[in-house]
Amino acid sequence: MSEALKELAEIISAKLAQEITSTEIQNGELILNARRDAVCKVLTFLRDDANCQFKLLMDVCGADYPARDERFDVVYNLLSIRYNLRVRVKVTTDEDTAVPSVTDVFSAAGWFERETWDLFGIYFDGHPDLRRIMTDYGFEGHPLRKDFPLTGYVELRYDDEQKRVVYEPVKLTQDFRSFDFLSPWEGMQGQLPGDEKAEGNA
Amino acid sequence: MGVNSKPGSQALAPIPQGTEQDVLLKAVSDEIQDRGFVVAQLDKVVNWARTGSLWPLTFGLACCAVEMMHAGMSRYDLDRFGMVFRPSPRQSDVIIVAGTLTNKMAPAFRRVYDQMAEPRYVVSMGSCANGGGYYHYSYSVVRGCDRVVPVDIYVPGCPPTAEALLYGLLQLQKKIRRTGTLFR
Repeated sequence: MSEALKELAEIISAKLAQEITSTEIQNGELILNARRDAVCKVLTFLRDDANCQFKLLMDVCGADYPARDERFDVVYNLLSIRYNLRVRVKVTTDEDTAVPSVTDVFSAAGWFERETWDLFGIYFDGHPDLRRIMTDYGFEGHPLRKDFPLTGYVELRYDDEQKRVVYEPVKLTQDFRSFDFLSPWEGMQGQLPGDEKAEGNA
Repeated sequence: MGVNSKPGSQALAPIPQGTEQDVLLKAVSDEIQDRGFVVAQLDKVVNWARTGSLWPLTFGLACCAVEMMHAGMSRYDLDRFGMVFRPSPRQSDVIIVAGTLTNKMAPAFRRVYDQMAEPRYVVSMGSCANGGGYYHYSYSVVRGCDRVVPVDIYVPGCPPTAEALLYGLLQLQKKIRRTGTLFR
């Protein structure tokens, strides 16, 4: 499998020398780091080239690395039924820079890009209908960003006087648990309790 | 049951099969033969009718719904208690909140509840519906469906077994028998 991936990586990086910045194989999976403005060209090539035939866009998702200059990754996962291979294309972006939409290349990308927009706040340029898909109507924020608090900002209850559900600032009745990582029950430190007995006799 | 020829009798539990039940049934049928009617307390008859045909609304939200289906299928067979799942809130008496209630679902859930005719009951099934459960700290989940509707019975578990749900529904029957009135 990894031979086939190496071969494929060489073919792709030879054909798309300008568009692909680097390739890597991790855990037996091929990752192509692409330039943001060339993502449509890369995906079109991967879809149509006789050696690739990645006809299926399995997923588009995001990843947040707040420490980085361009904090977001947009990850495209492709599957080639013809060669039984998978490939992952990554581009980077930040809060303000739009990634070109690939809806013209894969129509399946429409909802995936909406989801990525909803959860990470990554803009997609040229998307026909870029609005929220998963979170609540009128939701504010992008919950999978690392700076989004777990409990969010609002909570909801039914108001008997207004006869509708109302949103209020979050008020937790029970605090977050603070984990004691020295405790043998909550945090293992590489050594299980009782291991020290075995060491002397071994 | 409610039909009891002895006024003032507090026998709420069904009488098991046997001579005692045979005697009672014979007495009742004799009375019908002789006089053409039996006398019973109206509220008890009403409660008997209500507990004997609790129609739940199919309201599966997550994995608890699978256990709710199990309860409906032949092994536990809610049908034998007169419980028939209904697809419409207008036709149902009880709503089983089976699963995680999210913020986005909450207004729809409340609307469905409002559409049910009185008397209506709510069974909260599973940890998520009871208090948010696994998703208690989540930004998108209601921390217990009792924030949205009044709940009659809480069934604990994650998910509760079909047996547990059945037990909860029987507890609801018991509650109706105990507290039910003509109007509420």
